[in-house]
Amino acid sequence: MSEPHDHHETPPQAIRAEALESLLMEKGLLAAGAVDAVIARYAERVGPMNGARVVARAWCDVDFRRRLLLDGTAAISEFDLEGGQVEKLVVVANSAKVHNVVVCTLCSCYPWAVLGLPPTWYKDPAYRSRVVREPRSVLREMGLDLQDDVQIRVWDSSAEVRYMVLPEQPLDTFGMAEADLAERVSRDAMIGVAR
Amino acid sequence: MVDLMTDAGSEDSFLVPELTGLGAPPMANGELLFEQPWQSRAFGMARALCEAGVFTWDDFRQLLIVNIQRWEQDSGTQTYAYYDIFLQTLTLLLVKKGLCPQAELDNRQHQLAERPHGHDH
Repeated sequence: MSEPHDHHETPPQAIRAEALESLLMEKGLLAAGAVDAVIARYAERVGPMNGARVVARAWCDVDFRRRLLLDGTAAISEFDLEGGQVEKLVVVANSAKVHNVVVCTLCSCYPWAVLGLPPTWYKDPAYRSRVVREPRSVLREMGLDLQDDVQIRVWDSSAEVRYMVLPEQPLDTFGMAEADLAERVSRDAMIGVAR
Repeated sequence: MVDLMTDAGSEDSFLVPELTGLGAPPMANGELLFEQPWQSRAFGMARALCEAGVFTWDDFRQLLIVNIQRWEQDSGTQTYAYYDIFLQTLTLLLVKKGLCPQAELDNRQHQLAERPHGHDH
């Protein structure tokens, strides 16, 4: 496929995929933006879903919640999560008076096993530096307006210790099944930029 | 704040059937593993077509499993490339269903490959 004088390193499969996608769009089989939407959805959902399952169980099972807050790494080993994580996972619980938020000031350390890939803004220098200095303002800008009497704790992840937030269970979800509860947990809530 | 966990529609069940079992794509830490952008395009196309009702995921998966098995028998020492087989399978299915003629696809691919890249040869 690639000619000798071709400096471009596009693999033939990439051109094949592009050709296929352009034809399918012309034929009306694929809507504009449909492929992007699917990719974005999987990037958002599939990774953080592991963390959502962990949170949902903690909401349903008081003993599990206790184990999770005591030793996050040991507690999540009860789930069949892929990719052995050697680092320490610390889970911090929100309450009516305490809100937790996670950052990595140095780079982008992130609990992959439970939250998948970090969102772009998590790696952004502005988020990393500002959330430590002025967390209330940063959270407000991200759409989370906390009352003044709620204490904010900022947790700085590192290669050794990674944090995940255990959000408070929404009042309207009490009594729901664990699997349904997991659907209600957002990635942003587990980082602490949403409730 | 948009709730990312609930805006995807009911088809994506909790267990994500298209990501599990035989023929499932490579994943790490619960994340789909794409080594190159075209791989995510191929995956996105297959899912989008499926959601648009062009074929069922089961149709696609059955063919994918057959192709993977064929590759395993014939491959010798080649490195396993899941998304190469995935893209071949997707193309084959669309050709078989008469939705995308092979000649038309080959032509388009040829045109795209011939695009100038700003080099003066």
